[in-house]
Amino acid sequence: MSLFNKTSYTSPLSGARLPDPIEGAYLDNNATTQVDPRVVDAMLPFLTSFYGNPSSIHQFGRPVGQAIETARQQVQGLIGAEFASEVVFTSCATEASTTAIMSAIEALPDRKEIITSKVEHPATLQLCEHLQRKGYTIHWIPVDKKGRIDMESYKAALSDQVAVVSMMWANNETGTLFPIRGMADLAKQHGVLFHTDAVQVAGKIPIQVANSGIDLLSLSGHKFHAPKGVGALYIRRGTKYRPLMRGGHQERGRRAGTENVSGIVALGAASELAMRSVQEDTARIAMLRDRLEHGLLARIPNAFVTGDASNRVPNTCNIAIEYIEGESVLLMLNQHGIAASSGSACTSGSLEPSHVMRAMDIPYTAAHGAIRFSLSRFTTDEMIDQVLAVLPDIVKQLRTMSPYWNETEGKPHEAEFAPVFA
Amino acid sequence: MWNYSEKVKEHFFTPRNAKVVEEANAIGDVGSISCGDALRLTLKVNPDSEVIEDAGFQTFGCGSAIASSSALTEIIIGKSLEQAASISNQDIADYLDGLPPEKMHCSVMGMEALHAAIANYRGETFVDDHEEGELICKCFAIDDAMIKKVVAQNSLTTLEEVIHYTKAGGACTACHEKIEWVLEECIEDYQAAGASTEVAPKAPTSIVQKVKRVEEVLDQLRPQLQADGGDVQLSDIDDDMVFLTLTGACSGCGLSGATLAMIEQRLSEALGESITVYPVGGARIPEAGGVS
Repeated sequence: MSLFNKTSYTSPLSGARLPDPIEGAYLDNNATTQVDPRVVDAMLPFLTSFYGNPSSIHQFGRPVGQAIETARQQVQGLIGAEFASEVVFTSCATEASTTAIMSAIEALPDRKEIITSKVEHPATLQLCEHLQRKGYTIHWIPVDKKGRIDMESYKAALSDQVAVVSMMWANNETGTLFPIRGMADLAKQHGVLFHTDAVQVAGKIPIQVANSGIDLLSLSGHKFHAPKGVGALYIRRGTKYRPLMRGGHQERGRRAGTENVSGIVALGAASELAMRSVQEDTARIAMLRDRLEHGLLARIPNAFVTGDASNRVPNTCNIAIEYIEGESVLLMLNQHGIAASSGSACTSGSLEPSHVMRAMDIPYTAAHGAIRFSLSRFTTDEMIDQVLAVLPDIVKQLRTMSPYWNETEGKPHEAEFAPVFA
Repeated sequence: MWNYSEKVKEHFFTPRNAKVVEEANAIGDVGSISCGDALRLTLKVNPDSEVIEDAGFQTFGCGSAIASSSALTEIIIGKSLEQAASISNQDIADYLDGLPPEKMHCSVMGMEALHAAIANYRGETFVDDHEEGELICKCFAIDDAMIKKVVAQNSLTTLEEVIHYTKAGGACTACHEKIEWVLEECIEDYQAAGASTEVAPKAPTSIVQKVKRVEEVLDQLRPQLQADGGDVQLSDIDDDMVFLTLTGACSGCGLSGATLAMIEQRLSEALGESITVYPVGGARIPEAGGVS
């Protein structure tokens, strides 16, 4: 099985040449993952031989429609749903989450409140802000310093005025898990619909939606080795539902629009692969992650892990490094062929650190220096060694340049540097 | 990741003068760790000639903050304090073959550190006019406090007016929805404060009155321009023609065309007649829509 195609590509139409594929330590798998070659093999026929429209009655359409149903069963298996028909394919998780929340408030028009957390993905966050402007009351449930949900505020916010709860299962920046099944059961007591954004858990830890209080669940293919452009929404049988996209009978009228067949087949294949190997992958990935984390903490002074280290997805490590800025670190890591990510302001173009770091009240000395490494089944021992070999020196180099740090003494000297505006 | 120029990358990976100048006699500290960037500039100024003989920087910040600091030291070494004082953030950005619009504030930080160091050398206090609000327009680093101030001062009601007066939303347009939200808030505020008692201006009768009224309008606009590191001076008035000199960051700013249009509109309102503004000296007017 070849993991990596080293040939360079030239567009046959424009003649434009793509840069040579980059081989390096890709540790940004919470952003997106490499498509598994077995997934590519599974989807290719649906870009070539099987091009029919799955809705067609003729022989070109039939095998295509069947492939979609197979994929539906594979996703059903991944999330432990009772029926395959509870799975609806979408273009991405943002579409799935938006559909879930909009459907819930349309289905329960008399309820004008929504509960969510302060650390959600922008797909949920900005939709809720938008609904707030339209007159909905949003309960923004805070988290503690370790990113754990404040259960008391959550319980207090629940009432029969609430239409829907939308909570992420795992946080994309820190990997911290919320107790979703327990939270869903509490919501049920008030007849509230419960949606979870499971983008960062699907394919990473075993999940089971059957016999839970979860009514709606969103996931995305490209976070677990399927290509970009495909996601799924789980809708528990019997859940009141209103479609977001109308105008066709596809997905039993729950999501109109001609299916992204090759993407759906790929999502099915990726689900099948994840299901088969999730146990052993998880153990191996967690070991690599822990080796990376312990190694960095031992080599870098004034650094600490953000999020709930004892309760998070096995592939994510978010380390806050004091007195340096994340973007500088990423640029230097990139020079060494290492890809990571940062919640720092400068990476995103805003002037504030990420909402997740702010919600956790990370000390201001470290909020801009949070670096996220996220692993996958393709992460190797060598990649971890590479990071351990270069990151401590990068930090040293940047701290030597920083007015807040005294490298000779190896400690901060904030007191001696108090700029004009603080 | 950002599309940095080769020059920015070069100054980031091999920064010049990343040091504390020994026996420095001018220090400029700006920024803050909670904002994500901070800079200490140390200078050795020859007390007789006032020439900057050495400069060093220490920077906490992103790639472009470090590159801007490095560029700043290269630009100012060998210059007199007077020459250095006229260096604008645009000069720093130009030296680096440009910065992404969202990163222009890094060059502003360099300029501020320089001004702070010069003030420190002269025994003056550097006054910082940063307002801390929610950042609305990322391209021009304009926050809600700034927008609210300008909206209230000028009783603006539409998105187009806000773009005209503040530049917010003038580049990538991604923040237009947010600007409308800020506008809604402001309009609610002044509706609550009661209807404004505006009287249509009468045309001035003498040239002295006219000059006075033009100066009043310019004084109102000045804080906005100065916030961007620029300024404006009245040069001459001839009938319905007003001649202005844009200085500082305004001269050569890619948006000086928009600035002049805004001034023209305000002068026309204040004088009760249609005024045409002509820039004199130095100010380049770019082609329409040319955001450089």
